[in-house]
Amino acid sequence: MILATQFLNIALAITFIALALGQILSMVRLVLGPTSGDRILALDTMVINALGLVVVLGIHQGVQIYFEVALLIAMLGFVSTVALARFILRGDIIE
Amino acid sequence: MTLVIIGTYIVSLSLIIGSGFILVGVIGLLKFNDPMTRLHAPTKVGTVGIGMLLLASIIHSFDIGKPSTHELLIMAFLFVTAPISANFIAKVNIHRRACETPPSPPKDGTWSTLDVPEEDVAT
Repeated sequence: MILATQFLNIALAITFIALALGQILSMVRLVLGPTSGDRILALDTMVINALGLVVVLGIHQGVQIYFEVALLIAMLGFVSTVALARFILRGDIIE
Repeated sequence: MTLVIIGTYIVSLSLIIGSGFILVGVIGLLKFNDPMTRLHAPTKVGTVGIGMLLLASIIHSFDIGKPSTHELLIMAFLFVTAPISANFIAKVNIHRRACETPPSPPKDGTWSTLDVPEEDVAT
């Protein structure tokens, strides 16, 4: 059991590092991004990485409350991606 | 080797697989050199990466004795919305001329997203 718990702790640390690295790398693409489509894509990836961070934090602390935070982040991320893309396509979000 | 220990190992393996997919997707987002090519890399982050993390969360909740499966809701929502947002970003790329315009379809005149209705054609 102690070995399994240690393995879980190592896996949690690896996942935290991977998600943080993912945020940093997609922020680099957000700054560089030559086209506006790249910037929207980088923002979308950052939202999904933040969702993963919240889920892994929930596993780390053994708390169920983070589920609702993750669901809200998922919905707001989708809506904001669609709104940004639609603003660039049509020049207006709600016509 | 009880069920709890096996569950802990499965949680750890899912976490490691998910973080590997997340890293691959984000490195692809940074390294590819064409906007349409860049579009396909982060979809791995959205589906397999986060899906594995949510699966780990479900198994962990059974592991610590507080079973819950409502992470499946987030998984279903992400799997439904990921192609839609990818489609919107691809449309942005096509209309902003960030990529080559796709070749014309075999039967009809033009693609529907590039089609202009007759009453909207500028005179």
